[in-house]
Amino acid sequence: MFAFIHKLGSPPHFWRLSGTMVPWFSWFAVVLIAVGTVGGLWVAPPDYQQLDAFRIIYFHVPSAWLSQFGYVVMAAAAAVGLIWRIKLAHAVAAACAPIGASFTVVALATGSIWGKPMWGTWWVWDARLTSTLVLLFLYFGYMALRAAIDDENRADRASALLAIIGVINIPIIKYSVEWWNTLHQPATISKIGKPSMDPEMLVPLLVMWLGFTFFFFAVLMVRTRAELIARERNKKWLREVIGRG
Amino acid sequence: MNEWPGLGTAFWLQLTRDLRLAFRHIGQAANPLMFFVMVTTLFPLALSPAPELLQAIAPGVIWVSALLASLLAAESLFRQDVEDGTMEQLALSPQPLSLLLLAKTTAHWLMTGLPLVLMAPIVGHALFLPGDAVPETMLALLLATPVLSLAGAVMAALTVGLRRGGGLLSLLILPIVMPVLIFGARATDMAMQGLDVGGVMYLLAAILLLAVSLAPAGMAAAMRISLD
Repeated sequence: MFAFIHKLGSPPHFWRLSGTMVPWFSWFAVVLIAVGTVGGLWVAPPDYQQLDAFRIIYFHVPSAWLSQFGYVVMAAAAAVGLIWRIKLAHAVAAACAPIGASFTVVALATGSIWGKPMWGTWWVWDARLTSTLVLLFLYFGYMALRAAIDDENRADRASALLAIIGVINIPIIKYSVEWWNTLHQPATISKIGKPSMDPEMLVPLLVMWLGFTFFFFAVLMVRTRAELIARERNKKWLREVIGRG
Repeated sequence: MNEWPGLGTAFWLQLTRDLRLAFRHIGQAANPLMFFVMVTTLFPLALSPAPELLQAIAPGVIWVSALLASLLAAESLFRQDVEDGTMEQLALSPQPLSLLLLAKTTAHWLMTGLPLVLMAPIVGHALFLPGDAVPETMLALLLATPVLSLAGAVMAALTVGLRRGGGLLSLLILPIVMPVLIFGARATDMAMQGLDVGGVMYLLAAILLLAVSLAPAGMAAAMRISLD
């Protein structure tokens, strides 16, 4: 077990492993998102209240989930890097921030587009929306701090600390719809026990969610490989695998 | 190791040293207070001097101005000590760095946060805040301004070595302290309407306790990274 983790922390091993995994993850993502899109836009019946307008849920919920999950992955990688001084973990955290920020933007944009016909407004200052906006600011702060420090080692550790501090916001977003009486509807997927959705609607959503998550990890690995090329550019192993001196 | 002063003594010495330094540059320490007063005077000038309008926006204006003033103050918190090497000596000393930085932050709050609390009645009066809401606002500010100082101190410790730290510091502090702004403005707003502010006050107090217990560790960790 520990040997496996230890091996995973070494950049050359990660390079080989991610090299074989990226195509698999990408194809899973493509197939699942295609199936989920067909299922969500054509197979699933219209909502009895929101009619066809609810179909944006198939993009909104997975990207909102990844906006939070991306932050947790980033903070966890940052913590691993800070505590055990694993450079690869810092590279993962650095690669994760722009992806998470992008999904946050997509979640906010699709939410606005959904909110316009349903609530009659693009934006309301309710707890879920505001805390998601704060999440976007946290991503921006993280990326700005990383960009402001020239020394790579210091940038890694300072931004890691910032990412860990920002984790406070994640439970606030998660439970904002339960703690406060908000306009935003409560969670759709979490009730695995007795789903609040018809299976015909729920299955495409789960497929989409899985597809988006595979996509997230595929992009994360590609970006981490790019980070490694930048960080390990003078290392012998990288020259060997890339094949150029 | 008995020749080292105890934790309480170390805290006290650091606190009095910082206060003495601040009093010798009293003009610099008063800047955030001046800023607080000036920002609040901008609103009647920019919007309209109508009492009803000012009364409606008073909670928001007071809290946003206090937040901005604390941002301005955070910038100078550790800078001088890092530049002249004092901070490295503190980091090397046998006393816990978190304790010494907490002492520095306490001194900083006494010089920049407490004056905002004391100035709040005057600013509130100028914005036609009802007299009944003033004690609650002051109590809420008393609970909230230390949180602003502590959060500012953690972020200031993270960015202290950077040449282009200014705008970045605001970008880092603001998302973290937004809950304080929400609950603080809510306390003033509820007090204006004659509602019971107990719940909001307890929340602010809980945030303060959380900040006092976690922020010193964060400051010390951040400072050690910055000093590297």
